[in-house]
Amino acid sequence: MDAVIENFPVFLGGFWATIRLLVLSGAGAIVLGVIIAAMRISPVGAFRAFATVYTEILRNIPLTLVLFFCAFLLPYLEIKLDYFVLAVIGLTAYTSPFIAEAIRSGINGVSIGQAEAARAIGLDFAQTLRLVVMPQGIRMVIPPLLNVIIALTKNTSVAGGFFVVELIASSRQVINLRGDAVIAILLAVAVFYLVITVPLGQVAARLERKVAVFR
Amino acid sequence: MAAALTLGACAGTPEETAPPVEDVSFDAGTTMAKLNEAGKITIGTKFTQPLFGQVDADGNPQGFDVEIGKLIAAKLGIPADGITWTETVSANREPFIEAGEVDLVIATYTINDERKEKIAFAGPYYSAGQDILVLAGNPKGIEGPEDLEGLAVCTVTGSTSEANIKEYTDNIIAATDYADCLEPLRSGTVDAVTTDNVILAGLADQNAPEFEVVNAPFTEEPYGIGLAKDDTDFRDFINDVLEESYEDGSWAAAWEATAGKVLDTPTPPAVDRY
Repeated sequence: MDAVIENFPVFLGGFWATIRLLVLSGAGAIVLGVIIAAMRISPVGAFRAFATVYTEILRNIPLTLVLFFCAFLLPYLEIKLDYFVLAVIGLTAYTSPFIAEAIRSGINGVSIGQAEAARAIGLDFAQTLRLVVMPQGIRMVIPPLLNVIIALTKNTSVAGGFFVVELIASSRQVINLRGDAVIAILLAVAVFYLVITVPLGQVAARLERKVAVFR
Repeated sequence: MAAALTLGACAGTPEETAPPVEDVSFDAGTTMAKLNEAGKITIGTKFTQPLFGQVDADGNPQGFDVEIGKLIAAKLGIPADGITWTETVSANREPFIEAGEVDLVIATYTINDERKEKIAFAGPYYSAGQDILVLAGNPKGIEGPEDLEGLAVCTVTGSTSEANIKEYTDNIIAATDYADCLEPLRSGTVDAVTTDNVILAGLADQNAPEFEVVNAPFTEEPYGIGLAKDDTDFRDFINDVLEESYEDGSWAAAWEATAGKVLDTPTPPAVDRY
């Protein structure tokens, strides 16, 4: 336990990096996911095709490979960014199809009559989606969206292998110093993840109660 | 990932330099007499440290540490095939010596006071130092740590090397493994990689001719031979063997057949009979 207390600042640094990864790539993935979901159901065939290909490719490739691409191949394409930014790009890209699919399932749950009624009163496709379908669809999928965000929280640990010093990398740093206290160090890391994910679950539960659509 | 990066890079097999076995006898009761009589010895070394201790395709370790082990065994009257090589990684060296699982540990083992509390060190037989790895041709003209100011440097997170280099630059990329630093160096994301010169030399050797070691060590890591704490006779014996090997040229021959392929031949360090 003293190994954890002694090196608390190291863990805090890693914890902060994990939170920044989570918030930035979570926000990015939600924005991108909504756009991809909208493209997936749009009347324009090219959009639908792009969204399908995007989803199938990114969600079926291991995250490690996506981050490997970001960290090692993008620099060759003269995209020289900080490794933290590259990790955010990778995590955003990897998470967005999962968000998109969750939202699409919510949209499918909105009865077709809602969309027909919206079109009947003269709203165009974008307005129908933005004002009628999406608000109902997203409310219904808060639990699956939360699952994606929790998975993302844990996935940020993969960035630790790509030069980003987040929780896992900082624990490795402490293990290098205190090889005699590995179990205590790993337990501390687990607790740090719980500190993020358990409140997330509660916020989502409260949000769901508040915005639920009753039918 | 490290495996992916170094895949296909195999260390060359150094020519056998097994020294002639001597016909010797020792005072009864000493470790030397016991080993001499048994005709075998167990030595711990690293299996993944190119140029010092790395197993080849047949599972036989090769490198400078291994050659030093053969030298010592020969002086004990034990031929090279009487040596049992056991893999010791950084974390299990002291426990293996304390438990008697190995007679000696020769494994890029830095002598320090904490370790001296548990075990004894003969040697040092080599003094490594933190050095810098750059692209072949040294495009940035880096000649020492002073030149790193403001440049991006890759090293392993939490290592001594990281702490040392922080004095010279803040722009540090922390990797999990030294081999992971090679790709950023290749792509120009970092300008240099830093850690002990022997590790860098191994990486340069595996990826020849892409990289080069600046060859200007700026710290001291004396490598010793670990043995049981109270066995002073055995320690003195090994120190004698090392000093003899300095004089008769067998130390230099062992170096040139292994690490010397990449690094200059150094002057052997004075043995520390503490």
